[in-house]
Amino acid sequence: MSTMKPSKPLSFAVLGFGYAFLYLPIVLLVIYSFNESKLVTVWSGFSTKWYWALLEDDELINAALLSIKIALMTATAAVVIGTWAGFVMARLNRFRLFPLFAGMINAPLVIPEVIQGISLLLLFVAMEQAFGWPEGRGVFTIWIGHVMLCVSYVAIVVQSRVRELNRSLEEAAMDLGARPLKVFFVITLPLISQALVSGWLLSFTLSLDDLVLTAFLSGPGSTTLPMVIFSRVRLGLNPEMNALATLFIIVVSVGVVAGNLYMRSVQRKRDREMQLAFNQA
Amino acid sequence: MKSLNFSRWFPSGRTTVIGVPFLFLFVFFLLPFLLVVGISFSQQQLGIPPYTPLTKIEDDVFTLVLNIGHYKFMLGDDLYFATYISSVQMAFVSTVLCLLIGYPMAYYIARASESARDTLMMMVMLPFWTSYLIRVYAWIGILKNDGFLNQFLMWLGVIDTPLRLYHTNWGVYIGMVFSYLPFMIMPLYAHLVKMDLRLLEAAYDLGARPWKAFVQVTLPLSKNGIIAGSLLVFIPAVGEYVIPELLGGSDTLMIGRVMWDEFFNNMDWPMAATVTCAMVLLLLVPMALFQHYQAKVMEEVK
Repeated sequence: MSTMKPSKPLSFAVLGFGYAFLYLPIVLLVIYSFNESKLVTVWSGFSTKWYWALLEDDELINAALLSIKIALMTATAAVVIGTWAGFVMARLNRFRLFPLFAGMINAPLVIPEVIQGISLLLLFVAMEQAFGWPEGRGVFTIWIGHVMLCVSYVAIVVQSRVRELNRSLEEAAMDLGARPLKVFFVITLPLISQALVSGWLLSFTLSLDDLVLTAFLSGPGSTTLPMVIFSRVRLGLNPEMNALATLFIIVVSVGVVAGNLYMRSVQRKRDREMQLAFNQA
Repeated sequence: MKSLNFSRWFPSGRTTVIGVPFLFLFVFFLLPFLLVVGISFSQQQLGIPPYTPLTKIEDDVFTLVLNIGHYKFMLGDDLYFATYISSVQMAFVSTVLCLLIGYPMAYYIARASESARDTLMMMVMLPFWTSYLIRVYAWIGILKNDGFLNQFLMWLGVIDTPLRLYHTNWGVYIGMVFSYLPFMIMPLYAHLVKMDLRLLEAAYDLGARPWKAFVQVTLPLSKNGIIAGSLLVFIPAVGEYVIPELLGGSDTLMIGRVMWDEFFNNMDWPMAATVTCAMVLLLLVPMALFQHYQAKVMEEVK
């Protein structure tokens, strides 16, 4: 049996190197956001002045507010459509065009964003010519684009959750006379709520972070946060961006870790209750 | 009786439930592609939209004009050809590097104690939740000539003159591996963690050396994870724009960048559409493979 265990030192070395690679850049970014010097890579003293500079940067603040608005809209719409699509994938997958349907769900996961960007843009331009709508590009077109980006993730999370559901609860409700739609909203949806929450959060961050698709689909007056960040960092290092990145990282890390711990405890509680219910039955 | 006939005009509940998401995906995913193909055959013009229509009806004559000039130009131009080769090569090298770093990591995470696994996987996923743009940006400070890596190596005395990494292909490789590593680790981990360890035990009992047991048992069992992870890295990497733009040099040829320049700088929408079509053609086989393995994974869950 002792040969079965992977060697401890090797395991520590591999994981240590891997996590250092993943985290060192982020740690350096955070440390140097407190650097006084404008030269980001030369330490000259502790200062929080770049954080104060952020507060006075109207361009950045407006872009951030717009990005948050779009991300909220995107996450909500993506969860609705994605859950619908994921449910079809898991339960109603016996129709003729199913391979096409599955393909349209899976392809956006990997397809380069420049491809999706230009194709959606051409669609909106063609639609404007044909129906006069949508007029120009802006929040609406970005929203649709972001929803397309996120729907696949939500659908896949939801479909795998629906597949592992124990169907007896739904069948029981059906036997007691509930109509399919009611079963879905009263039984299925609460059971997969965890998947919906992670789908929503994932969509929110994907939307908040998207640059390429947004660049194609935005118009005058709809400049999002990643577009502002990109236009500044392509010129090189910028201490204000370090400060912004640090804020972003703190919020996300706290959110993800807290969410993860919460979900684990909910899951454990639910497993226990289900076990209890089935044991009694 | 009348109402019964009437109901026939409405689609059944099942059709509606399937139809709504289907239609949504069709209109916003598939239809746009067909438009890209169409516009790649049109001509650039000044005006809105900046391309000529393919069809017109004049004096009751319907004419369809297909301009194959962009395709001819693309096939005849050495720079475009070099760009395709270079994109595929850079994506391929990045994928191999991701695999070389990601496989051992996924392996040891899967073999860690049950309580440690969730935390270790969460730590792999955490950077993925923070902004992608910011993570790429973080490397500028490390890779620059006077950046942290060069400062560190010179302090160690390993080198006397700074390594040129920022604005070179090396910078792009590092950025790609860093950004796509979680996508490689996830499917690998999923396959390695559910592996039946008794198979390894049996191999050892039959006298296999650890290395041989790994090659003959573990590696084949994680084959699908390797393929899925590699495709998840390779396909988006071919069309990557942000990483070569921020970390690469002006001589880093990547197809996503060329397409971006055609579109935003030259305002040549038909040419950008042509480049996009070529990119889709290039990715058709890997995409089909990905679809095939995704379908397989779904079957397994059932």
